[in-house]
Amino acid sequence: MPKDSNGLTLDGQGKPLWLSLELTYRCPLKCSWCNNPLDFDDYAARELSTEEWKRVLRESRELGALQLGFTGGEPLQRTDLEELVSYANELGFYTNLITSGIGLTEERLVALKAAGLKQIQLSLQATEAAVTDALVGATAHERKLDAARRIKAHGFPMVLNMPVFRQNIGMTDAMIAWAAELGIEYIEFANIQYYNWALMNRDELMPTLDQVREAEQVVQRWRDKLGKKMTIYFVIPDYYEGRPKACMNGWGAIHLTIAPDGVAMPCQEARVIPGLEFESVRDKPLAWLWHESPLFRKYRGLDWLPEPCVSCDEKEKDFGGCRCQAFLLTGDASNTDPACGRSPHHARVREAVDTAARPLRFRKPLFKRAAGTVTTAFLED
Amino acid sequence: MTIPLTATDRRPQLSPHFMFRWEASQDAYILLYPEGLIKLNPSAGEILKRCDGQHTVAELIAELQAAFPGPADDIDQGVRAFLDVATDKGWLHAGELVKKS
Ligand code: SF4
Ligand code: SF4
Repeated sequence: MPKDSNGLTLDGQGKPLWLSLELTYRCPLKCSWCNNPLDFDDYAARELSTEEWKRVLRESRELGALQLGFTGGEPLQRTDLEELVSYANELGFYTNLITSGIGLTEERLVALKAAGLKQIQLSLQATEAAVTDALVGATAHERKLDAARRIKAHGFPMVLNMPVFRQNIGMTDAMIAWAAELGIEYIEFANIQYYNWALMNRDELMPTLDQVREAEQVVQRWRDKLGKKMTIYFVIPDYYEGRPKACMNGWGAIHLTIAPDGVAMPCQEARVIPGLEFESVRDKPLAWLWHESPLFRKYRGLDWLPEPCVSCDEKEKDFGGCRCQAFLLTGDASNTDPACGRSPHHARVREAVDTAARPLRFRKPLFKRAAGTVTTAFLED
Repeated sequence: MTIPLTATDRRPQLSPHFMFRWEASQDAYILLYPEGLIKLNPSAGEILKRCDGQHTVAELIAELQAAFPGPADDIDQGVRAFLDVATDKGWLHAGELVKKS
């Protein structure tokens, strides 16, 4: 027997190990940082049926998918969620539910447990009801706390997810204190990504670098104090780092997302990029979509990379960053991610950071996620 | 005082939120857990398979010594080292010290 004790690696070997199913974009909340499309309302009529989702589950297991996230919108809006969890569980997936907690009643929790659900990620925006409720545009705080307690009571491992922006970053300390008291093992401080609704509200949402650093110190103090009792994820947003994130571990490398209408995507935001052809599992086999479709091949691997990435030795680590961010900030998805200090467009990111740091400025109200808030006609041609 | 996992009478067991199984598409044992997955190398798989809350550390070492070639001492040390790492990573908990009834 070899003596190696932990030579454990994970290489997708071309398999979509992580599958995200966006069951619906319907949601009772109105978050101003929501990453759903601006025209989310148009998807309701096109959602896949229960049988269609089951076929997606079968085909993705055949492709080697293992981790599965049910997300949205609010996945609890689908009354067949339990049935899909149960089916996925039988197929051998590790099933995760990503929820706002709204609609997570005792009955549904019992049913989800029975269906074999393994893990729940619950979002919470603030430690004070007035702040949460204002941010999500509904009386949600108490219901979320209630959901957290129930999830714990049913013995689910739980990730508490706090999307972080200027309005709540000062509550980092209080949030960890609250979670520690409830015995939550994982907290993720998700510095929001500025796409879709979040991009519309970016100037209002983006924290200053000082705020980010301070929150980072708070997190470090708690890590020292709590040790192994709690795992705290806190990732500095790439806007401040001068280096892009290895978005999705590379385009079409290990992540596969299916939108409510069955469109297969390399990441949840990919549809913001114009000129790509998005195809649905309704029309094509999933194996073809993943392996062969022009969409997934477009930015897969390193061959398509532009300068300065081509001659940079970081390229195997970050694959040139995020395609959606490159498009949104430079107008061309094939450019180096402008979050990178070596990008000729890095000034756009610096400008946004500087705007956030300007002390006295006129504040605009946040746009709430709502149908018909903006016209998306310009996205269509 | 905590008694080390590798204490010979321990019956190590997979932590509650971990799923351990054979995955044909990876041709390997895998561990699935919240937010992650790990493909295990063959020796790690063979050890974890026996971390069922029934085998004591001594028993699982003896089984592996019988099943695999190589110096018995190396296997003994390799297994204990792995159990330490796996416990540290939270995959395993030490199990009861009391004898199986
Ligand atoms: S971010 Fe808010 S509005 Fe968007 S899906 Fe999640 S809970 Fe609903
Ligand atoms: S130049 Fe390209 S490869 Fe190099 S660090 Fe920047 S984004 Fe990454």
